[in-house]
Amino acid sequence: MAENHRAVVKLREKFAGSVLEVKEFRGEVTVTVKKEEIVAICTFLRDSLKYNLLSDVTAVDYLGREPRFMMVYNLYSIPGKDRLRVKAPVEESPAVVDTVSTVWSTADWLEREVFDLFGITFTGHPDLRRILLTDDWVGHPLRKDYPLQGPDREPYAGRLS
Amino acid sequence: MGVNQPLGDNVKLTTLDSLVNWARKSSIWPMTFGLACCAIEMMATGAAKHDLDRFGIIFRASPRQADCIIIAGTVTKKMLPIIQTVYEQMPEPKWVIAMGACACSGGIFDTYSVVQGIDEGLPVDVYIPGCPPRPEALLYGLMKLQDKISKERNSFGSTIGLGERLPPAAA
Repeated sequence: MAENHRAVVKLREKFAGSVLEVKEFRGEVTVTVKKEEIVAICTFLRDSLKYNLLSDVTAVDYLGREPRFMMVYNLYSIPGKDRLRVKAPVEESPAVVDTVSTVWSTADWLEREVFDLFGITFTGHPDLRRILLTDDWVGHPLRKDYPLQGPDREPYAGRLS
Repeated sequence: MGVNQPLGDNVKLTTLDSLVNWARKSSIWPMTFGLACCAIEMMATGAAKHDLDRFGIIFRASPRQADCIIIAGTVTKKMLPIIQTVYEQMPEPKWVIAMGACACSGGIFDTYSVVQGIDEGLPVDVYIPGCPPRPEALLYGLMKLQDKISKERNSFGSTIGLGERLPPAAA
């Protein structure tokens, strides 16, 4: 089923060496690709397959696994009326990906959010600053090794009563 | 000729404290500071059914005109300096009400980004529990603040140079 998806067919043709995995779950197709090719793949998806709306950019921290991070791009094609999820693994150090803000300008603020909360750096980003937390914040709270209640507090040890 | 009844029966004798405290507690003007769902209950308290106006409580949109700030909702660490700026812009005398679980203690948001109680940043006079507190609870909290104001001693006198401020009256 996933193999018949119009984007998967084209990506397998054009970026055969970069497609790591294709998965379908409950009608949602996810393509995992190499992060080095992310800009080329995104440009191809936008121009040739009309995935003209980037609905979200986020990341996942798989602490303890190699590579540690996974970038997630949720795409929608307004003319094609279908969705595609593109993922790209990113190692811990250096946690660097090329920016896709040159492909969809929406990615500017979305990548700032990922930078803010996960500490993944985007090369070529026009204005990479924190967007949600204060400028003097230390650390990246959505990383799994960031203490939930903040570094200045004793971690929750369960109910005392 | 003279005036037989120069003052008539128009004189009432009282103390400065009772007069000032009565005036202050009967015209608490709160700063509107809604931060979360508590603000909805605060608005409901101000609206027709519960009608804060009958206590002389009229919401002001400017801290310069307010003498009470109701912290109605979750205070994030990013918001705290802004609240402190607003509080500092209010003229004396001023009071703080922590409305709801979040403003009192951080509530369910026991997390890195949330201030665990507004009393980490402001001197709180009245804590109102609830998530969110019903309008009746906010009314009760405001009446508690009125009680507190009416027990103040020489707070006006001390600001015009008449002695020191005294500890509040017992009852």
